[in-house]
Amino acid sequence: MPDPQDTGLAPAPAPTGAGAIASGPPKRRRYSILTRRDKIVLLLMVGIPVALDVTFIWLPTLASILLSFTNYQGIGGITAANIVGLKNYVFLFTQYTLFWPALSHNLLWLAFFVFIASPIGIFFAVLLDREIRGSRFYQNVFYFPVVLSLAVVGFIWELQYAPDGFIDSALGLTSQNNAIDWLGNPSLNIWAVLVAASWRHVGYIMVLYLAGLKSVDPTLREAAAIDGASEFQTFFRVVFPVMAPINIVIVVVTVIESLRAFDLAFIINQGTNGLELLSTLITNNSISEASLIGFGSSIAVVLLVISLVPIVLYLSRVMGSASE
Amino acid sequence: MANQDTSRPEAPSTTGPRSVTRRDVLKGMAVVAGAAAVPTILAACGAGATAVPTAAAASVAAPSTGVPSAAPASAAGVTGTVTVGSNHSDASEVKGMAAINAAFIAANPGITVTMNAVDHNTFQNQISSYLQGTPQDDFTWFSGYRMRFFASQGLTTAIDDVWAKVSSNYTGAFATAVTGDDSHIYGIPVDYYPWAVFYRKSVFSDKGYTIPATWADFKTLCTKMQSDGLIPITFGDKDGWPAMGTFDILDLRLNGYDFHTQLLTGKQKWTDPKVTTVFQKWAEIMPFHDKTFAGLTWEKACDTLIQKKSGMFMFGLFLTGEFASTGTPADLADLDLFPFPAMGTQYDAEDALDAPIDIWMVSAKSPTLQADLDAAKAYMEFWSKGSTQLLMFQNQPGFIPTANDTDTSSFSDLQKKAVQIVSQAKKITQFLDRDSRPDFAGANGMQSFLQKFLANPTQDTTALQAQIQAFWDALPPATV
Repeated sequence: MPDPQDTGLAPAPAPTGAGAIASGPPKRRRYSILTRRDKIVLLLMVGIPVALDVTFIWLPTLASILLSFTNYQGIGGITAANIVGLKNYVFLFTQYTLFWPALSHNLLWLAFFVFIASPIGIFFAVLLDREIRGSRFYQNVFYFPVVLSLAVVGFIWELQYAPDGFIDSALGLTSQNNAIDWLGNPSLNIWAVLVAASWRHVGYIMVLYLAGLKSVDPTLREAAAIDGASEFQTFFRVVFPVMAPINIVIVVVTVIESLRAFDLAFIINQGTNGLELLSTLITNNSISEASLIGFGSSIAVVLLVISLVPIVLYLSRVMGSASE
Repeated sequence: MANQDTSRPEAPSTTGPRSVTRRDVLKGMAVVAGAAAVPTILAACGAGATAVPTAAAASVAAPSTGVPSAAPASAAGVTGTVTVGSNHSDASEVKGMAAINAAFIAANPGITVTMNAVDHNTFQNQISSYLQGTPQDDFTWFSGYRMRFFASQGLTTAIDDVWAKVSSNYTGAFATAVTGDDSHIYGIPVDYYPWAVFYRKSVFSDKGYTIPATWADFKTLCTKMQSDGLIPITFGDKDGWPAMGTFDILDLRLNGYDFHTQLLTGKQKWTDPKVTTVFQKWAEIMPFHDKTFAGLTWEKACDTLIQKKSGMFMFGLFLTGEFASTGTPADLADLDLFPFPAMGTQYDAEDALDAPIDIWMVSAKSPTLQADLDAAKAYMEFWSKGSTQLLMFQNQPGFIPTANDTDTSSFSDLQKKAVQIVSQAKKITQFLDRDSRPDFAGANGMQSFLQKFLANPTQDTTALQAQIQAFWDALPPATV
């Protein structure tokens, strides 16, 4: 090591106050607690993930945004003739009859998960946390669907919902005139799919929440009980606030699961006839034989913008609490 | 600065094309399975064939007998490897492909065949990137607009020289079906299947039904079936495309071939009152359809016909596959068809129908094509023989061979009838999604629009037609 260890403890001259930066600081040698080797290691540790991040996430995202201003069809190169400006967006918002249904289905999916499926999962977790008899059994039963891929979930529920399937048979509705066409009726099938999706989501949330509940300090409950709090009060006034970090995880997981909703609708009928979602519109328009890559990209950009809202909220919260 | 927060945002997934290519699945299978299968095929064919040799191997032994001018000792002496991309993924079709490849190798000892079979729908969805990437030398595809589209993109190779050798084995209609916009020939037709109304003979004879010739007869028959407790018309549109068959035939009968083809290529408007008429007529028979059609696949819908719960099914001949798989040969023997009834317009005389033609094509970007061009063309030529096509037909009886020299002695009555209604037709169309732009006919295009109509058939379709036209107008400029 030719470098003498210059252990200057001088902090980097980073301005701490906002706007307090003075232009043109005098040029002087920076001291650092890091050796050259440290810097190389750091550079690699930060550089490789950043490079991967940029290559596989930021560049494709940027490419999608750029493609959304073209009518590129995936054959040959993109020429000036392909650039159509905002035409894709104008058509999407004003004339494409499947866009608004798809968007509303995505929002419905989000609302259903946030207000129904996730609370049920939390409720189950609270019940199972009470060491009721057979708790481990129930835990496994509810968690079981999470192990299945959504493709399998779709297949299972397709059988249940078929006109000659379990549900209609159990309801005694098998004849031609009164059978309920769960997956074919365009105003009904989104709800049928939401139930199927929740079947899996509930178990997922339950396990996450249960793990959180197990880590709550039991003395808190004891203290609450001694103070005369009811079960209800104990949970909402004591346990729930303590669980804040898990709650955030639950919210994030729920939002992510809702925004990436795709598999079930696509398996059932390719996301058509009442099951339109932004993700299936993207696939059907840009990846299939249709190859409307430009148009599909514009839908993808809309989904990106929607996804950015929870991402920004989450990150600002995480970053905010980290800097405190 | 050392306190780098490395929590990465959960990246919103954008449209990154998720290529799920299932290459190499059956690669080499042809060679392995084929070699083993050759003796069996020879034996099987030797037993049945009389006048026209069925096996390709037989035509090698006696080149002058069965195959007319089409194969003058065709690819004798050609050596090399031909790679083939196949969308034949059903078990029966895989068997047919294996038999054909084995026969080809037997007939052309110098050529090796390497096959890559991909799931039918996957193949279709990825065709564009497939042809631009590293496709096989020869590949399966569809005639009509879809062939011309890729031909005009320069993604396929013209095979006029092959066609010159084999054209005498085809009728003129097939020649039209494989001619590109530049008048060159791009494909070898290998099979077709008509769309018609299918029914069970036993049901009709038991209940005393007669074949309806007119629209009024058709509706009367439906009413009668309904009162007999049958679903008059079974229908499964979960996959979106089956409805196109009904749209096609109604439009052909009501507005004629010319209007129909112009409509599908953008030369007529979807807002035309003639299209409204199609929807109105369709609405008249919708009450006779299976109520749960929107959630049914065509296979499920076909099951009710098999079980004699429904009376009729407007579909393609390949539904025979479902009938053949019941395990009861009597089911298939009981199946019959009739052409869609006349609608009382001048276009009834056209006897038009959908009869999609499947073809083989030569790609342009295959890395091995230059070296293997002769072998690739020999393979195409081989497919133009009735004897070759029959090998597929024996395994998948829903696809009728196209070659003139096909030995029809093994055809069932149903297949003969299918051939007959196609040969009587003055005008033949392919199918809505083969006659039009793929981006227009897709799942979130025309398929969705038809589903919107079917969800409420008695609606005023003006708004829907305007939406269809708006979608067409928003598509990128047509390349064909």
